[in-house]
Amino acid sequence: MGLHHLDYLDELESESIHIFREVAGQFEKPALLFSGGKDSIVLVHLALKAFRPGKFPFPLVHIDTGHNFPEALEFRDSLVKTIDEKLIVSKVEDTIKERRLTEQKGKFASRNQLQTYTLLDTIEENGFDACIGGARRDEEKARAKERIFSVRDEFGQWDPKRQRPELWNIYNGKINKGENVRVFPISNWTELDIWNYIRREKIDLPSIYFAHNREVLEYDGQYVAVSGFIRIDETDIIINKKVRYRTVGDMTCTAAVASNASTIDDIINEITATKTSERGETRIDDKVSEAAMEDRKKNGYF
Amino acid sequence: MDILRFITAGSVDDGKSTLIGRLLYDSKSIMIDQLEAIEKQTKNREAGEIDLALLTDGLRAEREQGITIDVAYKYFSTPKRKFIIADAPGHIQYTRNMVTGASNSDLIIILIDARSGVVEQTRRHSIIASLLNMPQVIVAVNKMDLVDYSQDVYNNIVIEYAELAKALNLNDVSYIPISALKGDNIVEKSSSFTWYDGDSLLHLLENVEVEKAVNLEKARFPIQYVIRPQTEALHDYRGYAGKITSGIFRRGDKVAVLPSGLHSVIKNIEVDGGRQVEEAFAPQSIVLHLEDDIDISRGDVIVQSNEVPETTKELEVLLCWMDNKPLVAGNKYLLQMNSTRVRSVIKDIEFKLDVNSLEKHPAPEKVGLNDIVKAVIKTSQPVVHDSYKALRTSGGAILIDETSNVTVGACMIQ
Repeated sequence: MGLHHLDYLDELESESIHIFREVAGQFEKPALLFSGGKDSIVLVHLALKAFRPGKFPFPLVHIDTGHNFPEALEFRDSLVKTIDEKLIVSKVEDTIKERRLTEQKGKFASRNQLQTYTLLDTIEENGFDACIGGARRDEEKARAKERIFSVRDEFGQWDPKRQRPELWNIYNGKINKGENVRVFPISNWTELDIWNYIRREKIDLPSIYFAHNREVLEYDGQYVAVSGFIRIDETDIIINKKVRYRTVGDMTCTAAVASNASTIDDIINEITATKTSERGETRIDDKVSEAAMEDRKKNGYF
Repeated sequence: MDILRFITAGSVDDGKSTLIGRLLYDSKSIMIDQLEAIEKQTKNREAGEIDLALLTDGLRAEREQGITIDVAYKYFSTPKRKFIIADAPGHIQYTRNMVTGASNSDLIIILIDARSGVVEQTRRHSIIASLLNMPQVIVAVNKMDLVDYSQDVYNNIVIEYAELAKALNLNDVSYIPISALKGDNIVEKSSSFTWYDGDSLLHLLENVEVEKAVNLEKARFPIQYVIRPQTEALHDYRGYAGKITSGIFRRGDKVAVLPSGLHSVIKNIEVDGGRQVEEAFAPQSIVLHLEDDIDISRGDVIVQSNEVPETTKELEVLLCWMDNKPLVAGNKYLLQMNSTRVRSVIKDIEFKLDVNSLEKHPAPEKVGLNDIVKAVIKTSQPVVHDSYKALRTSGGAILIDETSNVTVGACMIQ
């Protein structure tokens, strides 16, 4: 590699920092949506590189479904304290009460659909004009087609047929009042890029990303953590298994994978060898239909 | 390990989706659950073997209609390189998508169906590649299995394309015979071609020089954001944040700030949120500090004092129109280039370019979606720019409709 040639992680990092600064330059009131998962933790790390020694020109916003892994919440609070930035927590529980929404029923009743209401309310209440998120294009087909600056109408809806062409490194964030832009700075990163970057930058993660013993029930080939948020049936067999999480979402809809990986190196080895995609292996909510993500995005979801 | 961004041009009939599917599949970038999903769909369609083309279909709307409506991005990597594929549809009405995909690519793969040779669509894709100044071109002659892997067929296509490439000033062109469906010459060299002594497509992609895409001669640093912590400890801190689009900057360099033309000297260069370095180069994101306290804000461009770009209020551009509403001379638009956004007016439309023949039609009556025209644009403020041919990263601009906020045009400054 020549003296003036960037390594791929440096190039990805620079592209993401550029996107962060475009948000800061183009919008009045942006926000960074922070889920507590590895991708949003990487976003925070990139934002530090983009804006330090200054403060972030946006708060972190957590749409809290109430179904979190306690380890993820603990990590969130400690991270916010370390970086000394503002955190806004919006609870799906409150939206359910205020709007008298009906919760999903069933074994793995999830608030994944309902969190869109909380997100849209939070955007409106705070007047956010841009929401930065950690979605990646390699995750899912619909995401592969979404722009880095993705304009949503006042209902938060994504219209794939009316996307703005995105040329060179020029991002058009002009919007009308009431609309907002979802911005995805790590669009071009893959799962493996994220892990390699976490290793290189020595980024801390919640402990559940590493192998640990946990009470799980096996359901449809996936391991779901035993918690108060799911219904345990008499026929369920609960086992104690060594697992780790490949993605961290809600306890109701994120499955664990059997693993002995206790270090980042181990995890990278496992991911390099795996034959199942990240969402396929760990997300219970994506399997509903072939176009599950496309439909949710059209309704205002990330 | 580095990154190669490339675009594939060709229609469904040329086997473009199959090629991408094959690259992903043979480089083991497809996971079991994704394969299961397409197997299921293949069965639904009552087709035979797995349809690799389905891997690149994105939205339900597209699958239902069997078309691609937009640019999709796909990723795969080998130990040597990370690849980002811009998958743009090749139908006539989608010039806009190809221009979009090409603007973010360092290389284009032009697919030719061995049975039909260089056709109108090949010409159109090549003209667009030339207009967008693509650094490298790979011509992949596909479906060689359907012409019995004939060397004559291949050679004739190469000869025919070489003439086109010469006429279009496409200098860096490589050729390769393939069969995406059979996997011939995609990842491994195929024994079906006894006469072909070149490399496989993946080998070519892994080894082309990507350095060509980055210009290290002309230093350009558009300011995106000014970092001013305004805390007690950092009271006087004033850092100019941005990404170097081309060239190299060093501590102590004499620089000019455009469009004002004020001069200063680089006091410090910071990366990683505060770490000081001696020099930085494209495409790094950095924070720059200057010796003098001058008024600088977003949209200004810092350059080396001894090599300054043009700063004018009139731009001659090749313009690709991307909106359903027609382009009308005299209309006003916002022009955005890197982090600069100014008001502008279309002063004159000189000619419309026929992207099939390169013919120029002077003073066109109507300019619609997917048309490419030569135009003169007047701006309200001076715009710092280079010619697109000389410097891709500071010669491209977009036009934004002020009433709809939509991106309606892509400009290549002449």
